Amino acid sequence: MLETKGRPNRLGLWGWLGGGRWGMERYLYTLHRLTGLGLLAYFLLHIVVTSARAFSPERWKAAMDSVSGLPFEVGEYLVFLAFAFHAANGIRLGIIELGFGVGKPIEPVYPYRTSVDVQRPLAIGALVVAAAIAILGTLSMWGE
Amino acid sequence: MMKDQKLWTWHLAAGAVIALFLGLHMLTMHVDGLIPIRALNVASDQRAIDWVNVVARGKSTFFALTYVVLLGAALFHGLYGLRNILFELNPSAGLKKVVGAVLLLAGLGLFAFGTWAAVAGHMLARTF
Repeated sequence: MLETKGRPNRLGLWGWLGGGRWGMERYLYTLHRLTGLGLLAYFLLHIVVTSARAFSPERWKAAMDSVSGLPFEVGEYLVFLAFAFHAANGIRLGIIELGFGVGKPIEPVYPYRTSVDVQRPLAIGALVVAAAIAILGTLSMWGE
Repeated sequence: MMKDQKLWTWHLAAGAVIALFLGLHMLTMHVDGLIPIRALNVASDQRAIDWVNVVARGKSTFFALTYVVLLGAALFHGLYGLRNILFELNPSAGLKKVVGAVLLLAGLGLFAFGTWAAVAGHMLARTF
């Protein structure tokens, strides 16, 4: 169990990042948050940069030139990968939230069984979908 | 239904909207090299971010509307998600109010600015 040092619910960053032995889904949760924060940071900048198209072609070209080059291309690629994972995993979370794919409630009788085992195919399916989207984007962005 | 339940439901609904429109956006901007769709990028020999394609999409009222819907959905989904993450750090009630107010104002401000940019970009594109 994580050490709370006498302050319940104050696990800090380790509370987010440390999945312990809670299984694959716990790490998908961490990755969902990290990719979400990354996508949000990119999106806020994206709003500002792409607003240049409201002014003139010259302003648009200047804005696009200011975010060109290999570091930005790599950054944009990482954003695409984050999108692929966050979207596929988000759909999985939505399906589970609506009560699908979690199995039927059972009595808590030893040896205990967990609903996570029933959900595992969904998690694997989400990762396969994310990988397929990532491959499409990789081929499109770097395949030339 | 309690306020947070309503907001959470909107968070999920916004996610579904984003999945649809961001999917279209990604298809247009990042997968066009592999799957070129002329309706999305009229000049298929040029990049999606080149002005000729930006203007072609910008002329479309459909695209202008999707930008605004996507902007609103993504801002709500992202900022509400950030609010939840920050609240899980268990701040004091006063700090929660401040964080909520700052994120709300930031979201409204960015939505107003982004909507203006989408509409102004649409009007400018129609002059070309």
